[in-house]
Amino acid sequence: MIRFVLMVNKQGQTRLAQYYEELDKVERGAMEADIVRKCLARGESQCSFLEYRKYKVIYRRYASLFFIVGVEGEENELAILEFIHNLVETLDRFFENVC
Amino acid sequence: MSTRMRELIRTVRACKTAADERAVIAKECAAIRTALKDEDNPHRHRNVAKLLYINMLGYSTHFGQMECIKLIASQKFAEKRVGYLGLMTLLDETQEVLMLVTNSLQSDLMHSNQYVAGLALCTLGNIASTDIARDLASTVEKLLGSSDAYLRKKAALCAIRIFRKVPELLESFVDRVNSLLTDRNHGVLLTGTTLLIEMCKVSKRARKKFKRSVGTLVRMLKTLTSSGYSPEHDVGGVTDPFLQVKVLRALEILGRDDADASDEMSDILAQVATNTEVTRNAGNAILYQCVRTIMNIDSEGGLRLLAVNILGRFLMNRDNNIRYVALHTLAQIAHDDIQAVQRHRSTIVDCLKDPDISIRRRALELVYLLVNQNNVKPLVRELVNYLSVADSLFKPDLCTRVCGVVERNAPSREWYIDTMAELFDIAGHHMSPDIVSRFIRIVGRDRTLHAYAVHRIYGVLNKGTSRALVEAGVWVIGEYADLLHADLPEGAQGTFGRAISAEDIVAAVKRVLRIPGLPSSSAEMAVTALAKIAVRLPAVKDNVCKIVAHHRSSVDLELQQRAVEYAEILSKRKIADMVLERMPDAEGTASTAITPAATATAGDAASASGADPAAAPQPEEPEVQRAGNLLDDLLSLGMDTPAQPVTATVPSAGGSSMLDDLLGGPIAAAPMPVASSGAGGSDALLDLLGGGDAPAPAPAPAAEPALAYGQQPQQTSQSPSLPLLDDQSGFKIDLMLGKDAGNPAVSEITAIFSNSGATAISAINFQVAVPKYIQLQLLPPSATALAPSSTATQLVRLNNTMHGQKQVLIRYRVSYSRDGQPVTHQGQSPPFPEGF
Repeated sequence: MIRFVLMVNKQGQTRLAQYYEELDKVERGAMEADIVRKCLARGESQCSFLEYRKYKVIYRRYASLFFIVGVEGEENELAILEFIHNLVETLDRFFENVC
Repeated sequence: MSTRMRELIRTVRACKTAADERAVIAKECAAIRTALKDEDNPHRHRNVAKLLYINMLGYSTHFGQMECIKLIASQKFAEKRVGYLGLMTLLDETQEVLMLVTNSLQSDLMHSNQYVAGLALCTLGNIASTDIARDLASTVEKLLGSSDAYLRKKAALCAIRIFRKVPELLESFVDRVNSLLTDRNHGVLLTGTTLLIEMCKVSKRARKKFKRSVGTLVRMLKTLTSSGYSPEHDVGGVTDPFLQVKVLRALEILGRDDADASDEMSDILAQVATNTEVTRNAGNAILYQCVRTIMNIDSEGGLRLLAVNILGRFLMNRDNNIRYVALHTLAQIAHDDIQAVQRHRSTIVDCLKDPDISIRRRALELVYLLVNQNNVKPLVRELVNYLSVADSLFKPDLCTRVCGVVERNAPSREWYIDTMAELFDIAGHHMSPDIVSRFIRIVGRDRTLHAYAVHRIYGVLNKGTSRALVEAGVWVIGEYADLLHADLPEGAQGTFGRAISAEDIVAAVKRVLRIPGLPSSSAEMAVTALAKIAVRLPAVKDNVCKIVAHHRSSVDLELQQRAVEYAEILSKRKIADMVLERMPDAEGTASTAITPAATATAGDAASASGADPAAAPQPEEPEVQRAGNLLDDLLSLGMDTPAQPVTATVPSAGGSSMLDDLLGGPIAAAPMPVASSGAGGSDALLDLLGGGDAPAPAPAPAAEPALAYGQQPQQTSQSPSLPLLDDQSGFKIDLMLGKDAGNPAVSEITAIFSNSGATAISAINFQVAVPKYIQLQLLPPSATALAPSSTATQLVRLNNTMHGQKQVLIRYRVSYSRDGQPVTHQGQSPPFPEGF
């Protein structure tokens, strides 16, 4: 189950946040900052999956933007990566020059 | 004039500091608020959009909620869209204002414009509350059969939310699913399959019904894989991987525990597994899902082998993502089929050293599962190396698990001691107290290990200051100081330890006491150790007394008390010797991986100590041989139990009875075995009562899991009794035979003494000897004096290490006193019945 989708830039500023479960504002902010920190700390060759509290975080970096998806439960991680790519391609088709 | 959304975003981004941003936002919010008051504002949707943006940044925007509702009621699509979006983002199902939109939702669901209806469906799917769901369910159901594919697919997803909120409505959707599955539109297929999956997760009946759909799903998958290139659905060279993954997931759920369904799908699974392109991520995603499906259904051996091979290939892949998923799946497989995973052991161990932390974690999980007797040495070496570089967040947990692994699979006792010593050194700071107490208990139990252990630990003690190391070290040294003082003879592994001089030993403990920031429990243990050393090595007694005297004025109350008492005890030679003599072997279980026999031992030891008060003071103080030697059971080394006459002891008879009185009644649970093995840090009570037991420092975590102590239900199958002795003067002994249901090698024999004579008998002493292959535990009798026509019982537990090969037999000797005359009998038991 996808729990949240985030788009965060390299400086750690959230550009888009969509949550599919109830979380209060303060928690959200703290969580976003934490996750972004972890993603930024990882190198190029490392895998795209993180474990953060009860979520599994799958992320991909496109130029200066991180696309982050948090899932819970049994999910096919590689399929989520495809999903992220699909999302980016769709945005690109509509708005041009997304990344 | 309100600013456009883009302007706002640009302004916010241009802010250099957080304060700046707050100012901008505040100004904008004020502007929006005034604008919203204006009823007829053409830019309402723009304002709400800006509010949404502000909300996303983390600021509160309650005043926008009513606006959203107004927007939804408008007829313009642009306004409706923003209104619904705002509704989904700003509200959740718990808000009452949601009820106000029910009407709007209802009318919009039936709107002629498919996009408007789509909006309504989307909103419903995200935030419908139970009431709304109930009200609008029928409309959604109708839309499931709509002619418009766009609406069909959205309705399917909305249905998921509805039946989650109102489970009774699930039935009404079940029949619709089948038509969805035969649709042509991939979107509808995808959402229809999702609906099926969610229904099966929630309801078993639905799952049974959908078994019929397995054929449809299989056909769907076949078309997807065998049809040629389709530009509309192509992703990375594969036709609609999302749908393929979803269908595989559905097959996994339907095929679980169902042999027929699994059969139906095995063909297509094999086909997908072999034909999928692995050059791009999409193909790998499908392959991964396929492997997961194969492992979770009732697949036959060939298919499973195929799946495991695919995982093996994944493990070798250079892409870290793929290695990660391989490790993850292998961990799940390891529970069922560990042999397959063992083959890849070396690769997994290499992953432990990978720079990527996610991969390291997965590899660690796997390594725990893989450790067994054969590969424990190299694997534990790897684990210990990992421990030294691990993140400090994980260290305590890692430490506990490594200790558990070491305990369970130690190939030899010396290796266990070596590894534990190393662990103390490296990770002592992160160890939890019960690792230390387990270690102490295991060492204490095994006599032959004492010398080796004490030499080893002494070597390590001087290196570190962690609490675990200090406590374990100090206890071991105190207890076995005399062994440390003597040379360690050439042991089985050619070990040789130099004899340590008594002054050095004392200096080592003294150094411990000087460690800054030493927790008080460690200091207490150190002082106790000193007292023991004084008794064992009389040469340094004066030195020790001086150190102990130093602490008489300690600030710590417990330490002060101990110092004063030890000083007193040490000044009286005879008491000192008795009080501080070698501890009896520790009782109790160390971990949960214990055979039922051993846990039963613990439970009974508890009851035995509890039964102490009943025992009249005995002329002798014999010793219970703790035959349930834990480490030996686990290592199956078959310790040579010398066939010596064993007698029952009542250690600290005085102390424990007083403890019982104070605590009211016999205690079967944790405190008792702890007390008799030397109560832990703060058991000053026992010290004060001057129990016969050494006030030992074994940290007795009161939180020792109750499963280790306490009465284990003794499941014994009743067998007829065996008469042992009848001496024609009224004294008889019968044996009631029983077996521990969990472990046929363990026999529980109750010896029943009966006095049918005219006079009372007293001072009954029953001794039992067993051959080398049997381990014996003899518990104190219920009474040692028998009035005429009364009985007493005594429990004997035997663990036959050669069960099945050799029979159980015992030799006994009993003595008692009748009318002042001592009487003794001895003999051998009659042959036990078959199967004992």
